[in-house]
Amino acid sequence: MKGKKLKYVVAGGIVLAALLGLIFSGVKESMVYFYTPTELMAKRESVQGKALRVGGMVVDGSIRWDPQNLLLTFQLTDGQGTVFVRHKGTAPDLFKEGAGAVVEGAWSPEGYFRSSNIMAKHSEEYKPPEHPETLESKKEVFKSILKEAKQ
Amino acid sequence: MIATLGGFVLFLAVGVTLYAAVASVIGARQGREDWVASSRNAVLAHFCLVTLAIFLLEYALITSDFSLRYVANNSTRGSFTRYKIAGLWGSLEGSILLWEWLQSLFAALVVARYGDRHKQLMPYVQAVLQGISVFFLCLMAFGVNPFTRVFPVPPDGRGLNPLLEVTDMLIHPLLLYLGYVGFSVPYAFAMAALITGRLSDEWLSITRRWTVVAWVFLTCGIFYGGWWSYRTLGWGGYWAWDPVENASFMPWLTGTAFIHSVMVQERKRMLRVWNLVLITLTFSLVIFGTFLTRSGILGSVHAFADGPVGVMFLSFLALILFFSFGLIAYRSEKLKGHGELDSIVSRESAFLLNNLVLVGICFTVFLGTVFPLLSEAVRGAKISVGTPYFNRVSVPLGMALLLLMGVGPLMAWGRASLNNLKRNFLKPALGAVAAAAILYALGVREAETLLAFLFAFFVIGTVVFEFWVATRTRARTMSEGLLTAFATLLLKSRRRYGGLIVHLGVVVAIIGIAVSSVYKVEHEQTLKAGESLSIGRYSVRFDGLAAGERPTHILVWANMMAFKDGKPLHELVPGQRFYPNQQSPFASVDARYHWNEDLYVILSAFERDGSSATIKVLINPMISWIWIGGGIILLGVIVAVLPERRLALLAVRTREQPA
Repeated sequence: MKGKKLKYVVAGGIVLAALLGLIFSGVKESMVYFYTPTELMAKRESVQGKALRVGGMVVDGSIRWDPQNLLLTFQLTDGQGTVFVRHKGTAPDLFKEGAGAVVEGAWSPEGYFRSSNIMAKHSEEYKPPEHPETLESKKEVFKSILKEAKQ
Repeated sequence: MIATLGGFVLFLAVGVTLYAAVASVIGARQGREDWVASSRNAVLAHFCLVTLAIFLLEYALITSDFSLRYVANNSTRGSFTRYKIAGLWGSLEGSILLWEWLQSLFAALVVARYGDRHKQLMPYVQAVLQGISVFFLCLMAFGVNPFTRVFPVPPDGRGLNPLLEVTDMLIHPLLLYLGYVGFSVPYAFAMAALITGRLSDEWLSITRRWTVVAWVFLTCGIFYGGWWSYRTLGWGGYWAWDPVENASFMPWLTGTAFIHSVMVQERKRMLRVWNLVLITLTFSLVIFGTFLTRSGILGSVHAFADGPVGVMFLSFLALILFFSFGLIAYRSEKLKGHGELDSIVSRESAFLLNNLVLVGICFTVFLGTVFPLLSEAVRGAKISVGTPYFNRVSVPLGMALLLLMGVGPLMAWGRASLNNLKRNFLKPALGAVAAAAILYALGVREAETLLAFLFAFFVIGTVVFEFWVATRTRARTMSEGLLTAFATLLLKSRRRYGGLIVHLGVVVAIIGIAVSSVYKVEHEQTLKAGESLSIGRYSVRFDGLAAGERPTHILVWANMMAFKDGKPLHELVPGQRFYPNQQSPFASVDARYHWNEDLYVILSAFERDGSSATIKVLINPMISWIWIGGGIILLGVIVAVLPERRLALLAVRTREQPA
């Protein structure tokens, strides 16, 4: 009886060890540090090329979009430090100036953060807009392409 | 008026529910049948009260009564009635009320069905279910009251998040909640079994069907959520290992383990403690998931941010864990199993392994989800593990599960003989190897994909083989037609064959997941009117931008034409929706959905004058198989749980039809 039990304990132990090994290597391979812009600017030399996440607010007026090269550049700030970010491709829906965003990528030796993924964040609190908009004011923006035709 | 009445109803419900819990315990302790009966009435009264509360809030939502803060925040005059109704679960307070209503509904159903049976268990089942309700009611009465007034009354409400103003919003949350709340029933029975010491299989056989139904709601909710996200969110994917997705996935994993391990207890009288632990874990993970979602502790697309609610949920979770594991420890003498594993090559050890893998996946998902919190607490640094971690860990474990899905159901209980193994496995295994070899010859080279296909073919092979052999045998011995024989088989052992159909569905979904993630192609380019981009065998021509007014927003869309191998295939109109008072637009993706390949188009940016647009195109091969697999799972569960009588009736009817 005892030998039999041992067999199951050993079998279970092997499965458990494999599981733990898998978790450990998974964590080790895909661990991503999260920095604020201030922290990144302080440590930028030592973390060059390492996968990182940086979170902050998108600086007002900093977004530049080059449609031909699909290049998006902007600045992220936490109030103290500011990071220049270059992103290849478009940003998600909620990405906008003055709102929070987290970018994933690495510090490039050329002196900017090269982002491979942008995660925009919902603002935590709803604030009513200072100048309430109507459908009409939105319409005005697109008047050059507006059609009445149904689609 | 509604605010006063609603608040009153909530407080009244707290009292009635507390009474129901206490009265049923007193009745059971002192053997007073009248107390238990009175408690049953209180359970029903509780249900009526919460139903009234729901009606009040819905009335306020539909009639745009913005004197309630909740209505002002989640509804607007201009929106359709259906989205006004959906405002009920658009935000924290209302979704707690909906949850509590389902909780009271399930308690009422349990009481109505088993009230006069299971005299020992039922009082405690009632007490546990009412105890859970007390928590949710107190949460509303003292924390997040949906009937809170707002002053001054705003002229119009703020409305739902535009992302949520879609029909899916009417379905997906309800499915998930039904799944979550459903698991409280087997949990309550398990606790009642522990309290009364009636630890035989009574509680399992009563709750088997409840568990499976809760499981299928949760499963459908998860699949539906992925489908919704894929069609509307505009990033081309369906699953992002977002904390809230994980929160629904974790109880699903332990619930799946529970459904399997229950069979081992029924057949072999083993794993009694394990089953109690699993159902406790499942229910705790439901509460933990709600805590993650509602406390806003982890950043997530789905989270509603709120402070004190988190503490209340965490305390409730601690209470559940303390209470459940305390009871298990208290009954540990009585819980000693009678059965023993006879052999490592047997159905029960396959089930054990399946449980180990499922709980293992659950643990890795849990670890990955709370990793930022852990690392901050332990090392003071915010470290997260993203999608690569989850994929890396769950792919091999998922493969193991896939293999077990083929092996488990066909192994004999007790001790599988070599003959048994050969008879059941040889042909499917050879067939799977042959099919995988064909795929290799066709150019599939990725080891992971090949292995996934090998295992998938193996599972399909074993299921089809089993159906075929059993049908043929029956057709011969009973001299029936093959179709009749197959139908009768399904009816005779619905649980087994329903289960096998569910396995088929899971395999189909896994094939979809594997192929769509490995062979996905993506291309993004800025086009002027008349220009095309090509991707794979497709090319997509941009014919110009247009904009139009919709009832609630301005839609800007790109007129596009897709070609396959040079032939016109499909018109596509990806767009962006601009809502008043929302700074950023919302995607309105378009795609050509097809059973073996989706061509998915996103308008990611454009020039205001309409001269050029940036288009992202994705080819998602076999992604529909995921949704089809979900459908097959649902079908299998229906076969497994439909009441006998109804199915028999159906069979008679089909037989009566002239051939």
